[in-house]
Amino acid sequence: MMDHEEAFELLPAYVDQELGVADALAVERHLRLCVPCAAQLAEQEAMHARLRAEGTRYRAPAALVQRIALDARARAQPRAGMFARLQDRAGSGLDVPMRSLHGWGAAALAVSVLALLWSAGLYLALPSGAQRLTAELVASHVRSLQVAHLSDVASSDKHTVKPWFNGKLDFSPSVVDLAAQGFALEGGRLDYLDGRPVAVIVYRHRQHPINLYIWPGAVSDTPPRDQDRQGFHLVGWSSGAMNYWAVSDLATNELEAFVALLRAQP
Amino acid sequence: MTLTPKERRFRELVLPHIDSAFNLARWLARDDHDAQDIVQEACLRAFRFFDGFHGNDGRPWLMGIVRNTFYSWHRQHQAQGRNTVFDEDLHGGDASAATGVPRADDNPEAILMRRDGRRAIDRALESLAVEFREVLVMRELEDLSYKEIALIVGIPIGTVMSRLARARKQLAATLAPGDRKHDGP
Repeated sequence: MMDHEEAFELLPAYVDQELGVADALAVERHLRLCVPCAAQLAEQEAMHARLRAEGTRYRAPAALVQRIALDARARAQPRAGMFARLQDRAGSGLDVPMRSLHGWGAAALAVSVLALLWSAGLYLALPSGAQRLTAELVASHVRSLQVAHLSDVASSDKHTVKPWFNGKLDFSPSVVDLAAQGFALEGGRLDYLDGRPVAVIVYRHRQHPINLYIWPGAVSDTPPRDQDRQGFHLVGWSSGAMNYWAVSDLATNELEAFVALLRAQP
Repeated sequence: MTLTPKERRFRELVLPHIDSAFNLARWLARDDHDAQDIVQEACLRAFRFFDGFHGNDGRPWLMGIVRNTFYSWHRQHQAQGRNTVFDEDLHGGDASAATGVPRADDNPEAILMRRDGRRAIDRALESLAVEFREVLVMRELEDLSYKEIALIVGIPIGTVMSRLARARKQLAATLAPGDRKHDGP
């Protein structure tokens, strides 16, 4: 039986779903009997929910993203004048916490070796066609964010987005509105994937864009399967002869919730 | 324009996370222009150290560099005695009152049109001490795991948990008087 001190201490991790099943169950058992713990939990949960719902997530100005891309360009292919200026800039801010950066490097290395081994195992199990498609999907998702070209047609009205595809594709993608469930429809665009034009429906959830790729040609229905790549999450499935892939930087469980909602639509 | 392989990898792994980097910098510095300077500087550092990065999730890596850049920038400003804007004591909840600079959205109409809740929660978060503010931003607004936060901040996972608990408690305490006020006549 978990004692009060221990349960009280673990409450934030319970709110954040960072506990293992056994600990979570033990905390729940204790919560039923303990008034102070229940009060503390309510407060933690209230702040957790309110920040997520109402806290502002600032977005980088487009000009800043451009400046950074230019900086990287200048660094990768330095010209004399530009290089000196940049060195100057970097030098001015440099009482760099070198030790901590090195510490980070070592930690990042350890993490990445683990991640590499793990993903190597995953990717070996995949056919190379699927691998290429995943890479293409992520590249397309990244590109859509970089050049600020998420939508060709920007609208939260499915009756505007769906007809827009008429005449541009040899199929008609389904467009559903999930704003009430927290996934706002933002628009649609044409993209090119796997050697053919595809429809992309763009949604947004808490500032995180979701690209939903749709194209025909699935031979059989397959259930959703998850993949991670470069910090992005992908969920792909087939249904009604159509292929679907959702790509986002959302947490896996939230992207799965999105896919479940989509699939529940008639 | 041809990209070098390093540049291409940098574009794929780091550039997509500029929003996360900016959000963290903006909440740490509490100023739009300073946040832009910090993120740009951090990205220069990231590019310089990029050869040493072999992971495939650039987001926590970049956010760690943003955080380090903020702290060295912050120390520098303190050393120069130009730290009035960032003196925690001055931030009693309303940043514009402390800096004397009116916020662009501070006109009465904008205030009325904005939802009270949004404004209150942002102000409350802004008023927290930086070590509490940063863990809340990383956890609630950026959805990082305890493990990622622990790596970025350089503290044990248990400390992430207790710091989040205290941060939420302070946030609730800061919000309570304001909420009562709205209930009144």
